[in-house]
Amino acid sequence: MTAPLLKVDNVSKRFGGFVALDGINLEVAPGERLGLIGPNGSGKSTLVNCMSGTLHNETGSVHFDGHAMNGLAPHQRTHLGLARSFQLPRPFHSLSVAENIRVPLLYTVRLRRDVPHTREELEHRCHEVLGLVGLEHKAKKQPKDLTQVEMRKLELARAMAAEPKLLIADEAMAGLSESEVKDIVSLLITLNERGITIILIEHIMTAVMSFSQRLVVLVSGKKISDGDPQDVIRDPEVERAYLGQ
Amino acid sequence: MRTWQFFLVSLAIALVGFAAARLLKNDYLFFAGYVVLQFIVLATAWNILGGYCGYVNFGSAAFFAIGAYTTVVMTKLPAFANRHLPEGLAEIIGSITPPPIPILILLGGVVAGLVGLGTGYLTLRLRGVFFAIATLALAVVLQTLIVNWDFVGGSRGAYVIRPATVPVLGINYIEYLFLVMLVLVVVALTVARAIERSRLGYGFATIRDDELAAEASGVPTLKLKLVATTLSGAFMGMAGAPFPYYIGFLEPSSAFGLSYAVNAIAMPMIGGTTSWVGPLLGAVLLGTLQQLATVTISSAVSLLIVGLLLVFFVIIAPNGLLGLWHDYFGRKDEKPTQATDKAAVKTS
Repeated sequence: MTAPLLKVDNVSKRFGGFVALDGINLEVAPGERLGLIGPNGSGKSTLVNCMSGTLHNETGSVHFDGHAMNGLAPHQRTHLGLARSFQLPRPFHSLSVAENIRVPLLYTVRLRRDVPHTREELEHRCHEVLGLVGLEHKAKKQPKDLTQVEMRKLELARAMAAEPKLLIADEAMAGLSESEVKDIVSLLITLNERGITIILIEHIMTAVMSFSQRLVVLVSGKKISDGDPQDVIRDPEVERAYLGQ
Repeated sequence: MRTWQFFLVSLAIALVGFAAARLLKNDYLFFAGYVVLQFIVLATAWNILGGYCGYVNFGSAAFFAIGAYTTVVMTKLPAFANRHLPEGLAEIIGSITPPPIPILILLGGVVAGLVGLGTGYLTLRLRGVFFAIATLALAVVLQTLIVNWDFVGGSRGAYVIRPATVPVLGINYIEYLFLVMLVLVVVALTVARAIERSRLGYGFATIRDDELAAEASGVPTLKLKLVATTLSGAFMGMAGAPFPYYIGFLEPSSAFGLSYAVNAIAMPMIGGTTSWVGPLLGAVLLGTLQQLATVTISSAVSLLIVGLLLVFFVIIAPNGLLGLWHDYFGRKDEKPTQATDKAAVKTS
């Protein structure tokens, strides 16, 4: 097996007396499509926050692409190629939709090039990324003019614009209709085919099952199952966590 | 328009304005105009941190005073050197201090910028109202320091004698101060405008909107905030540096006056905080009104005017004059696009 792109080793996180993550181990191979599920409050978002640097894990370590992530600020992790979208869309309200996409181009993609983008390049790339999520016609609008669905697409597009090696999509599909969920899943699969490793955190099981090559289940801050999606959902422990005894 | 073109054009406008003002042969015009110009710089400086990054600084007066007191220190140095230092050294210090006003402005800018950087480093982990309170505390701490620092006159204040000659021939000293401040206004506006249109400006805007999302997009928020506090502090210090020469006698209560802190916030708020034009508009409007009120009614009325206008704008037009403009003319601009949207729907 090739070296993992992301290696989460014995990561724990407490909020006061509440143990949000309890010794999580997780490896993600380059090019993999991983689904991460778990009931509400099971620690999925906390894990994402520890991986992306928004929160600091108390024990354990996160390695990404050969770099130790402990102590790195979120923007440094983004520069290394780890991008995430937020569960609740957090657009830059005072910037237009196209300008929202421009920010990761200016601050992340720029670092990987020798010369700054020309204005045409920036505009072209913004439209390309917005085209992927079908927001091209809204490029000049303000985020407040977008619908909830479009806002989620913008959130995803902004993460994609950073040209990451690993994309963590945190509940990108909550509240979307069935056809929109399908659109997003096929978009994520397209991105994956272009070589981006993707971790999908999701409650919508049809999306998770059609997307994931491997499924990880978190319950109460512990990883209880990890493996082939079909096997995982038949795991009695997973059934117990979701359906009760 | 490119930055250097903007700089040259606004410098030309400023110089033409200066020449025109000289034709009126009225010193009061320069005396009052200087205050308005000083407030344009102060408001623009506040807006770099407050408007672009969304961090409200209540301590503008402290940075202004740092600039002013840097000048006071420079004017006190020759006498100090004569008394306490060996003759040769004293002579050298006496010959280079106090330096000409443009150098004093640079010095004031450097000192205030460094204090801005330090303050930023200590306080920028605080957000919203906590940051604002910390800047207020900074002003109080600095004022206490100055009040107890005998070298710069302590609470008694310090006289600063204007140099007898003006390095630029043919104009008197108040005209010279006005001219220097005019150039500083052009520089400050050029810098603010350049920031707005640059990568830095996008970074600042993301900090104002959502710091977590900014970090996730790769924006080094702490570094950018330090750039903003340093720049903002530096320009406030620069605005304050010529002040002792203007006023002739500087005491802590005038350098740390409430009017600087209030005006530095009120002017961008009233003009509009999203663009360099806002602080300019706000400062010209408020500054002129205050000067008019000072000569026609009383100097005490000027703060009342600021207060009333601020209340009015916060309630009626929270985005300032620029916001009002945008609301009125922006809507007109949008109508055709809505029409084309409908046309597109019909054809499809």
